[in-house]
Amino acid sequence: MNRINKVLNNKSDILSIYFTAGFPNLSDTTTIIKNLDNCSVDMIEIGLPFSDPLADGPTIQNSSNIALSNGMTTKKLFEQLKGLRKETDIPLIIMGYFNPIMQYGIESFCKDCELAGIDGLIIPDLPAEIYSNDYKTIFEKYNLLNMFLITPQTSDERIKFIDKISSGFIYMVSSFSITGAVNSFEKEQKEYFDRINKMDLKSSLLIGFGISNKETFKDAINHSQGAIIGSAFIKFISENGVNKISNFIRKIKG
Amino acid sequence: MKISYNVNKNGFYGDFGGAYIPEMMHANIEELSSKYLKISSEKSFIKEFNDLLEKYVGRPTPLYFAKRLSKKYNTKIYLKREDLCHTGAHKINNTIGQILLAKKLGKTRIIAETGAGQHGVATATVCALMGIKCIIFMGEIDIKRQAPNVARMKMLGAEVRPAISGSKTLKDATNEAIRDWINNPIDTHYIIGSVVGPHPYPDMVARFQSVIGNEVKNQLKKMEGNENPNYIIACVGGGSNAAGIFYPYLDNEKVKIICVEAAGKGINSGESAATSVLGKEGIIHGSKTLLMQTPDGQITEPYSISAGLDYPGVGPMHANLFRSKRAEFISVTDKDAMEWGLNLSRMEGIIPAIETSHAFAVLDKINFLKDDVIVFNCSGRGDKDLDTYINYFKL
Repeated sequence: MNRINKVLNNKSDILSIYFTAGFPNLSDTTTIIKNLDNCSVDMIEIGLPFSDPLADGPTIQNSSNIALSNGMTTKKLFEQLKGLRKETDIPLIIMGYFNPIMQYGIESFCKDCELAGIDGLIIPDLPAEIYSNDYKTIFEKYNLLNMFLITPQTSDERIKFIDKISSGFIYMVSSFSITGAVNSFEKEQKEYFDRINKMDLKSSLLIGFGISNKETFKDAINHSQGAIIGSAFIKFISENGVNKISNFIRKIKG
Repeated sequence: MKISYNVNKNGFYGDFGGAYIPEMMHANIEELSSKYLKISSEKSFIKEFNDLLEKYVGRPTPLYFAKRLSKKYNTKIYLKREDLCHTGAHKINNTIGQILLAKKLGKTRIIAETGAGQHGVATATVCALMGIKCIIFMGEIDIKRQAPNVARMKMLGAEVRPAISGSKTLKDATNEAIRDWINNPIDTHYIIGSVVGPHPYPDMVARFQSVIGNEVKNQLKKMEGNENPNYIIACVGGGSNAAGIFYPYLDNEKVKIICVEAAGKGINSGESAATSVLGKEGIIHGSKTLLMQTPDGQITEPYSISAGLDYPGVGPMHANLFRSKRAEFISVTDKDAMEWGLNLSRMEGIIPAIETSHAFAVLDKINFLKDDVIVFNCSGRGDKDLDTYINYFKL
């Protein structure tokens, strides 16, 4: 079974952490993964940096720029991940924009993901229809789950379509926002979470965007199976480096 | 079946186009896709659009026979005078169309990106006209090099927000506008200024700009007895003035189409914006098209002396015109473009925008026949570029 599905089957308070590969330093990738694994994080999203990350706020724009100027590339990331699977079994997801993946070659990319032990992908600018028509078969050939986002504006009909073509979790964007933009959940957001929960989807739901502390994490796991933290973690490692990660995780989990 | 160079029902021009957008934009793009054709073909919409184009923008713009230029190059040269539009360029044709559409969609807040500032001014203008709140995203570097247009936007009541991410130019202003739209999806309409971005933008903008080509058809018929010129020539950054003048001729292969790109300091100088030569297929701003990028797929920074051509991609219609060889693409350096700014001023008494100047340099690159009828899109006037002209020629 795919490592992501294993976690989804067994846990109801999943914590998934996003970081940008190549930030703060080019060679931090595996250190960050191992440190996160050591403090019982459930899943990791490795951000493949892109020059023009449309769905990201200033924090991840900045970490992406620094990663790129540090020399991070898709090829480099795969080199860094070599051998890592001997040391950890934590589910690994690559989150990246579509253009760098296209330039690498979609099939080569999927193949190298499988070789590196990647379990799934999140590609924010690859819409569900295009994925389903053009790429689903290739992704599945290399045992990669593809995760989609939904927002408060996504229609029920579309959510059902996304649920149908999903084999991992659905990434519930908490509000109208790019990443990193909110601090606490409002009444409307909770109503939105409830509305989705009542739809009785086959896919698990994880909430992302705007989760930054113990309160928002708790709120998120009360309304879903887990939460994804990105910008807050990036901010933490840019201020504290990559060796005190357990302090951050302890604060979130309480 | 006859080949069409227009958009297909899935939003593609050949291999290019589509809507590669984050889910956060899906509802807005879907709303536009499902409504833009219906709304813009309603009688009341067409009437209001045409009324404003006539009485406010000053259309039809003249098709002017350039006597001295024609004599010098021993051919027949016409200029479509988009530089005479209110606000000084063709950009306002599209902003009038989109503001009317935004009103029909019930939107109360308008955002736009701008490079040279022409689209920003055209957007701020129609927002003032309609009394709608307006925010313009402009690269911090462009704000410095296009100061008069920044002042115009402010006078017109728009807020100008500097884009300080990435390379701080048009590409980043577009990113910032998209991010703003993601954060404000309910009340806001995003007026894209060129034939770029996710479907339906390239088609929608081309349709609003097609008034240029449609007028040329009528005017040429009267002046030459034939609505088809031998050549149409236009500069291409994103490509909206070119799309507008080509539009009614796209599938009429008797009419040759020439797109003029900015070579900057030279194609191989590392400082260029000639996307057809330097670009590869990829995704930029939600559209599959040709774009300048590193082998790893990072979008690179283009360069041109003219801010309006300084875009690392090109509209998907143009990418298809290039790949299918329907259009010829020619690149022109800063130096040749600047010389032509001076040439056109002195030979015809028309000071063109530097973007527009690029197109005319084709006259030195192609030998036209005596009976050829050539139409140039004179897309904008040079007022906004006076500082650049002054510094370049030490005027």
